Amino acid sequence: MSELVKKNASELVELLQSGEITSVELTHAFLDRIEKLNPVLNSYLHVNAKEALATAVEVDRKRAAGEKLPMLAGLPIAVKDNLTTTDAPTTAGSKILEGWIPQYDATVVKLLREEMMPILGKTNLDEFAMGSSTEFSAYGPSKNPWDTGRIPGGSGGGSSSAVAGFLAPVAIGSDTGGSIRFPAAVTGTVGTKPTYGAVSRYGLIALASSLDQIGPVSRNVLDAALLSDVISGYDKHDSTSLPESLGSMAEAAKSGSLKGVRVGVIKELNGEGFQPGVKARFNESLELMVKAGAEIVEVSCPSFEYAIAAYYLILPAEASSNLAKFDSVRFGMRVTPEGNPTIERVMAATREAGFGPEVKRRIILGTYALSSGYYDAYYGSAQKVRTLIQRDFDAAFEKADVLVSPTAPTTAFKFGEKLEDPLAMYLNDIATIPANLAGTPGMSIPNGLATEDDLPSGIQLLAPAREDKRLYAIGAALEALHEAVWGKRMIDFAPEVKAGA
Amino acid sequence: MAKAELMNYEQALEKFEVVIGLEVHVELNTNTKMFCGCRNDFGDEPNTNVCPICIGLPGSLPAVNRKAVESSIAIGLALGCEIAPNGRFSRKNYFYPDLAKNFQTSQYDEPIAFEGTIDIEVPSGAVYTVDIERAHMEEDAGKLTHVGGNTGRIQGAEYSLVDYNRAGVPLVEIVTKPVYGAGAEAPELAAAYVRSIREIVKALGVSDARMERGNVRCDANVSIRPHGQEKLGTRTETKNVNSLRSIERAVRYEIQRQAHIIANGGTITQETRHWHEDRGITSSGRPKSDADDYRYFPEPDLVPVQPSNELIEQIRASLPEKPAERRKRLQGEWQFSDLEFRDVVNSGLLDELEETVAKGAKPQAARKWWTGEIARLANAEGKDVADLAITPADVAELATLVESGKINDRIGREVLQAVLEGAGNPAKIVADRGLEVVSDDGALQAAIDEALAKQPDVLEKIREGKLQAAGAVIGAVMQAMKGQADAGRVRELIIERANA
Amino acid sequence: MSELTPDLVRHLASLARIQVTDAEVDRFAEQLSLIVESVATVNSAVAGDVPATSHPIPMANVFREDLVEPSLTQEQALSGAADSDQGRFRVAAILDEE
Ligand SMILES: [Mg+2]
Ligand SMILES: [Zn+2]
Repeated sequence: MSELVKKNASELVELLQSGEITSVELTHAFLDRIEKLNPVLNSYLHVNAKEALATAVEVDRKRAAGEKLPMLAGLPIAVKDNLTTTDAPTTAGSKILEGWIPQYDATVVKLLREEMMPILGKTNLDEFAMGSSTEFSAYGPSKNPWDTGRIPGGSGGGSSSAVAGFLAPVAIGSDTGGSIRFPAAVTGTVGTKPTYGAVSRYGLIALASSLDQIGPVSRNVLDAALLSDVISGYDKHDSTSLPESLGSMAEAAKSGSLKGVRVGVIKELNGEGFQPGVKARFNESLELMVKAGAEIVEVSCPSFEYAIAAYYLILPAEASSNLAKFDSVRFGMRVTPEGNPTIERVMAATREAGFGPEVKRRIILGTYALSSGYYDAYYGSAQKVRTLIQRDFDAAFEKADVLVSPTAPTTAFKFGEKLEDPLAMYLNDIATIPANLAGTPGMSIPNGLATEDDLPSGIQLLAPAREDKRLYAIGAALEALHEAVWGKRMIDFAPEVKAGA
Repeated sequence: MAKAELMNYEQALEKFEVVIGLEVHVELNTNTKMFCGCRNDFGDEPNTNVCPICIGLPGSLPAVNRKAVESSIAIGLALGCEIAPNGRFSRKNYFYPDLAKNFQTSQYDEPIAFEGTIDIEVPSGAVYTVDIERAHMEEDAGKLTHVGGNTGRIQGAEYSLVDYNRAGVPLVEIVTKPVYGAGAEAPELAAAYVRSIREIVKALGVSDARMERGNVRCDANVSIRPHGQEKLGTRTETKNVNSLRSIERAVRYEIQRQAHIIANGGTITQETRHWHEDRGITSSGRPKSDADDYRYFPEPDLVPVQPSNELIEQIRASLPEKPAERRKRLQGEWQFSDLEFRDVVNSGLLDELEETVAKGAKPQAARKWWTGEIARLANAEGKDVADLAITPADVAELATLVESGKINDRIGREVLQAVLEGAGNPAKIVADRGLEVVSDDGALQAAIDEALAKQPDVLEKIREGKLQAAGAVIGAVMQAMKGQADAGRVRELIIERANA
Repeated sequence: MSELTPDLVRHLASLARIQVTDAEVDRFAEQLSLIVESVATVNSAVAGDVPATSHPIPMANVFREDLVEPSLTQEQALSGAADSDQGRFRVAAILDEE
């Protein structure tokens, strides 16, 4: 195996720019590893070898000709399979979209093409991003490179396992309640959910429109920042897209420091009831930050208690409407029952066969939450809880520059462990959901291994809306402290994934 | 779909009070659709004015057309509505194959305009005030074609085809409050109301307002209750009534149908009904039920619409003259009697008349043509005058030809017919067919000579003061000239001859 | 709070156009009742006068100019459809009139 694939994206970019390596060479290195390990990890649902290499060839040709190239030109990337791509099937992890080739590119995909980044393929996810483990993918779960008997997190487990397993240097994820950050935490990688509206959602197959946000998946903070700078920005196709620029995350990552930073520990998420190893690593990081000049303050966010409840009303409600378009008429699967069925029966049979159990559960729940007579009690109240959570954030950010918590209560769990218990599964997102409800940015970075199982834990950083730069500055600083203590990157502790027999 | 039994109309009104409510959908004539940049033109080849947004492909997102919002504000202001300082879009969720996303992006609890009023004059001259509850923005659905069976109708069709060119076309839906007290004139009021809405949106320039093309569509709610009863009767909503005549007929039909049912101890089912123009009846559609749960919620992909006072005042300042003021002005300018003017208004021909006068016709001549012969021809074909293939410019030309004596009234009617048949404009038809009246006195004198030879005593009778005797000669001359003579001139020549 | 009875689940599934078996109805009723019981706590959280937030980042008046942009070709539009005919999407007969 080429050691090239293990390098950080920022290093690979330098090697590409200096001409020490070509994009074709680099793309081949990842494609080779994908060929060898994807059968084990199931990170990719579709590998785009031909198209990726064509981009690489073009980059190399231009570079050889001395043409000016975008910053990340030639750096391969993986894209979560809920973003539309005209040159690759887009399934959102669902049977109902099997084989669908979209007629348009998502804005983020367009930006990656403009940046001339070879797209290696489309990564696995829980069906329509509903889940925390990829176990709800219609195409089988992805595996955690640290332990292939365990989940890589979800919904973006394909992207996290691809990046953690060195099947891609960076990837695109989407985060509705933690789908970038939770997978990052359990695979020892970095994942960011930007401020709502920072990245265009156009072409992202919507789960819950008011919560969804696209973000970078990487192995270190600077890499996430470089990718964030490519995909962020106003898009007229997304009316909720922020008109103003939030600045350069790469610059923020390069200039990070913890000196004088007020770090808020959220009382309600301070690790109480979390796995001991997760909590221990979290406390160690707090000490590290203090040593580096940060000040720890305690903040209280009492409404976070209701975050999961509000989330599991708003998400299914919006999803039930967003997923109504999957009706067999204009795209996707069609199931025609016996006899001479009407369109109503064809639609119902298609949706029965095309959607998995978790999707159906949430659609029915969302339909209920919006029904007349229940709207005020459920959807209406949940929207009010959102206001309370925003107020909690506002109050907390009066006292602190960033808030921190463990990203997730546990390390990666085993396949099947929570499959039959939806409520237990939902609890994974307890720390990540508030940021989606409030629209504020959040980042998970590696936070050491839990001693009891030697598996990665993550620390989450939260900043006020539009202050994404703080996450990159402080995240990079904390990452540097960690690497100084560990003597290497956390990902370098990961065992080598063994190719299948 | 048997024809229901009906109660005699007068009897129905004796027994019951009528309450109507009208929902009018106006299609805006923006360049592009409500939420995407596709052309707002659905006459094109099917599915060619469509994109990921208006066919609801996964991942696509809507973006609001600024012009559509401004047009909606203009409509709201013209209807005397308040403009909401904070409006938003909602999703109305229901499955139907012409609805690309299986929800309609519409406005629900925060429409852009609300609480307006409009005065409507009916043919009797009575004026009713109709209260507008709201005017809101929404998107149109695609177009279904039912194939197989033998009717082209939905029932018995083997399959259906969907064209989404119309999906996403901007609509403004104008909803009245319940309208009481029109009594026997309720059907006329309904039609006059829709005519006014048409006039208004046309004058605003925000819609092409052609009913036959579906630019203006009306759903008519009708309920009746025994006089003196407080509780409203169960209403039906008749859809698909797309001409002014149909609206009037459909409302009248529903009154008679409901009256018969109630008078015979039956109950009215709350349902949508369909108007069948050919048979002049309504038929039962889908019953309204608890299953109609649209699960409205705020559209999370769009942000609120908050028109500034400045924008509202700017649009208000650019509104055209109010229809009532315009009528007053035109009646004065044209010097029509109240009766003449009302006749024009009731025929819905004010725009046509104004344009015809602007193109050079005398007001009375313009009125005579439009409300007379043209209206008669439209009626004979069961059409609205507006749907005939004749323009105000044609009528002005025609009136001028008659006024100048180039043709007479009878030839004028013939020319009109030819225009409607597509033979060109009046001047061209007159020239092509050589219809111009013979004004050459020499030719007329020769014809008079010939006629007098057959009736030699006529000149004598005229000299004796029996002027009507000229009639027989005039008739003979006109016959000889195949009608292309100015009868007045012929008469003058004969009298000159007698007195020579 | 109202419980999700099997009948209610069946009604909701029909609103959502999902065909369900009796076994599924029972399973969903059981699972969803538990979830609903847990999410119903939102009610007690917002006793006071709290405004609703439907957009996490408040914005208003985002408009597109009324300018024509390229559409798909008919072939592209129909390319993902299960069935099409005469340039249109083809669907089974519609029982219910409008
Ligand atoms: Mg409507
Ligand atoms: Zn479109």
